Amino acid sequence: MPEVRTADKLKKKYLREEMWPTIFCNGCGNGVVLDYAFWAIEELDLDMDKTVFVSGIGCSSRLPGYINADGLHTTHGRSIAFATGIKAANPDLNIIIFTGDGDCTGIGGNHFIHAARRNIDVTVILINNFTYGMTGGQLAPTAPLGSIATTAPYGNIEHPFDICELAKALGANYVARWSVTYPYQPIKSVKEAIQKKGFSMIEFLSPCPTAYGRRNKLGDIKKHWKWYDDNTILIEEYNKIMEYGTDEEKEKIKNKIQLGVFQDIEKPGFFEQYEKLVERLQTKKDKGMKK
Amino acid sequence: MIEIKDDWCKGCGICIERCPVNALEESDKLNKKGIHPARLKEKNECNFCRLCELICPDLAITVIPDEEVKKDAKKILLSPTGGKNK
Ligand SMILES: Cc1ncc(C[n+]2csc(CCOP(=O)(O)OP(=O)(O)O)c2C)c(N)n1
Ligand code: SF4
Ligand code: SF4
Repeated sequence: MPEVRTADKLKKKYLREEMWPTIFCNGCGNGVVLDYAFWAIEELDLDMDKTVFVSGIGCSSRLPGYINADGLHTTHGRSIAFATGIKAANPDLNIIIFTGDGDCTGIGGNHFIHAARRNIDVTVILINNFTYGMTGGQLAPTAPLGSIATTAPYGNIEHPFDICELAKALGANYVARWSVTYPYQPIKSVKEAIQKKGFSMIEFLSPCPTAYGRRNKLGDIKKHWKWYDDNTILIEEYNKIMEYGTDEEKEKIKNKIQLGVFQDIEKPGFFEQYEKLVERLQTKKDKGMKK
Repeated sequence: MIEIKDDWCKGCGICIERCPVNALEESDKLNKKGIHPARLKEKNECNFCRLCELICPDLAITVIPDEEVKKDAKKILLSPTGGKNK
């Protein structure tokens, strides 16, 4: 009989148990993302001595602290910049970045844009909870219109960021969005993203009952989690209904958030290009010396 | 068999809510944090699908399929984005 993989074995292998339990509130999605990452890493049999976890500041950015591997907890918004440096210094390392919506798209927006554009070979796991959880619920750039936040007490009037569309437009190699409320596709997707060369990003829609749910009257944990089931739709299904559905069906799904893999391409990454450049100049130099 | 680390459970109730066959419930004992951790119901139709294990935010659940007990696996219907289709 094949050995059964259980959460218990996973914990012994990957968790810093002395750091457990997490600081996360009851019903928070951050722990679930860590769980999915562990399962993906286990299935890939990733060498933890060759993997570095990087994060910025925020509740979501606490995740590397719970993993029994090298980690770098950097300044707010700069996780991707630090990660680029690590990759440049040692291209053999696998880099996995945990970041929040505020961290990655707010203060760190420009780092994100340029890392995606240059196709830096890292995996970004972006936990989008529509708010700045750690600092008490200020308005995040991803918050849907009408959201209540401490800095938007009468409702958000700013159009939210669609971070997947942005990454897609920048030509990132792998772009996907999932909700933490359902495990199977996200685990598979994290696996694909880690294996992918070049920039890969997965956005997780994750509940924050404390700073977002409570203020936006999304109800208790059960109701808040259900909100994600009711307000998301798989992209394949969305496209099908938009093409063949009746007006009534279209109206129903019009405002739902799409989930799925939005981009999966093979474009040479920055470090591949860099290696080629070094090679080219080296041969040129060698030839020059012979003369 | 389902093992639940009582002291790791924060009592969010997500496993209870999401189990496709309603096999879990709140127990009556209190853990270190003063909450009622989840437990398997005495009579249950658990078919070791491991959804609760995968989704627990605090990694408190471990599912170990019993070999002897052969139950008819009840058909589980889950919608692709999460919720149960009952
Ligand atoms: C330079 C700087 N500015 C502001 C802060 C305060 N700060 C800490 S966490 C945070 C927001 C984090 O939000 P997000 O990335 O969405 O993470 P979450 O807590 O929601 O998971 C802010 C603004 C800081 N630590 N450093
Ligand atoms: S404040 Fe929000 S994001 Fe932070 S731990 Fe609590 S629920 Fe999670
Ligand atoms: S393994 Fe599946 S059926 Fe059994 S308790 Fe967990 S969620 Fe329910």
